[in-house]
Amino acid sequence: MFASCADPETLSGLSWLTCYLTTGKHIAFYWAFGTVLLLLAVTAPVALAFGFGGAMAARSRIAPLSWLGKGYIAVVRGVPDIAFFLFFVIALDQGIEWLRHKAKCPDWDQPIRQGNDFIVCAEAKMPLSSSAQWVHEVYGFWLAVFTFALVFGAFAANVLFGAMRAVPRAQTETAEAYGMSRAQVFRRVIVPQMWVYALPGLSNLWMVLIKASPLLFLLGVEDIVYWARELGSTKTPQFTAYPHGDWRMWYFLFLLVFYLGFTRISEIVLDRIMRRLTHGQATLGSHKRTGPVGMSKAGPP
Amino acid sequence: MSCYETLMDYGLRSLGYGERLLPRSDFTLCQQFVLIGSGMIWNIYFGLVALLSGFALATALAVGKAASSPWFRKPAEWVIFIFRGSPLFIQFFFAYFLFLSLKGQVPAFDALTSAWLGAALVLFLNTAAYSGEIFYGALMSVPRGEVEAADAYGLSGWAKFRRVVWPTTLRLAWPAYTNEAIFLFHATTLVFFSGFPASRQKGDALYYASYFADKTFNPFVPYPILAGYFVLLTLVVIAVMGLIGKRLNRHLPNAAPTRAKGFGMLMR
Repeated sequence: MFASCADPETLSGLSWLTCYLTTGKHIAFYWAFGTVLLLLAVTAPVALAFGFGGAMAARSRIAPLSWLGKGYIAVVRGVPDIAFFLFFVIALDQGIEWLRHKAKCPDWDQPIRQGNDFIVCAEAKMPLSSSAQWVHEVYGFWLAVFTFALVFGAFAANVLFGAMRAVPRAQTETAEAYGMSRAQVFRRVIVPQMWVYALPGLSNLWMVLIKASPLLFLLGVEDIVYWARELGSTKTPQFTAYPHGDWRMWYFLFLLVFYLGFTRISEIVLDRIMRRLTHGQATLGSHKRTGPVGMSKAGPP
Repeated sequence: MSCYETLMDYGLRSLGYGERLLPRSDFTLCQQFVLIGSGMIWNIYFGLVALLSGFALATALAVGKAASSPWFRKPAEWVIFIFRGSPLFIQFFFAYFLFLSLKGQVPAFDALTSAWLGAALVLFLNTAAYSGEIFYGALMSVPRGEVEAADAYGLSGWAKFRRVVWPTTLRLAWPAYTNEAIFLFHATTLVFFSGFPASRQKGDALYYASYFADKTFNPFVPYPILAGYFVLLTLVVIAVMGLIGKRLNRHLPNAAPTRAKGFGMLMR
């Protein structure tokens, strides 16, 4: 990075640290924070869309659709999210390859599952084994985004389902009295009004999403946890110009502080939004800053 | 090999009893059910230990956060902030490497680097912080009238807290606390994926499920089995907590809600 870093053996103290913290691998570590932020920025709206779909399905009048929506919410909430992450990464990959296999190689006569192997024709591989390294990484990232959205979509569906039901009955009754159809009531009355009821749940969900982001590591993405383990472990002089002992503890302390700052800032911003939205509304949030049990904010003021 | 023999061989495998080698080929459905079920012992152990010990600390944290003296309030606020504001996954990693370097200096810390104690300690502090925040919220919403009535009866200090404030706090907090208990049991699956080693392949349910998924390259069998076990565990937790909640509310004319109602309190 810097010209003075050319010969690390001669460095000491602060200049050594400056050079150490700007090695190529450390730059990759800093970029990994960007990956995490990108994941959060992409996942949040997608999960919200999934949640909206799930909530609409759950309150549908068509019984099978309603079962599907409620089942989606119940199953994802009843099972540890990490199990879903581990499951979907393989299941989605195999599902996509299976579909491509069916489309691209119709005259393949061998079974796809042979004992402990999953075999599809070479053209159906996803991504193709000939494609560049970055294609593999981008594909892995999108699988992770989709998995996150699927899991957190169920949580969002639960929140939105509750919020839709929290819109006062008198409001929908009035709309019905004006002769609106069910779809119109939903579009013109329920959806505009539900957000203020959904916001406490959604901001909680955002916090949970932030705190779930290090699980990217389990999905095989080279994220901050991967780099913290990699960079912190003991380095001997044979392999690096910057030998050091086991520093993983300090790297993870740094991650801990990063997340504490991130959740704290989110909390402050969400609090502001909530206060603005409930301004002048006769809800609990408007005249009392802390919500019902379990919703009050943590941390030193 | 019959399923009964598999049960004998692998039923307590997660604790280190029975067959030493895990199955390597020709995986049967029975093996997957038995081994993953055997791993559930660890999930239940971590969950119960953290929940029972965390309950006491959570009460202390809630009372501390509500205290007027900054000597009690500040530490309680910081513990709650640190453990609620950062991911449990990172806490596990940090704690494991912290214990590892402590062990390098003082051998007495050896036990902390193994999951049964180290991970249980992290889970204990984590759930205490989350439940402490729940209890604090409930403590703040104890009706003023009840406290005034206690004053009128001449109760004060410890007697007032134990006989009036604390029972009402628990009653108010119980639905949210039930959720916390459920998520705590789910969080126990993180232990063996976050630094803490599974010595001699003695792992929890998810450890064995991912073992099978890796070996068979077929996630569609082990993970649904795991999901089934966890749904059952969740139902048991809801039932037990519901019974306790009913007992807490037994003097009230119309039983107060035993299930979580608000949507802000649904998850950690």
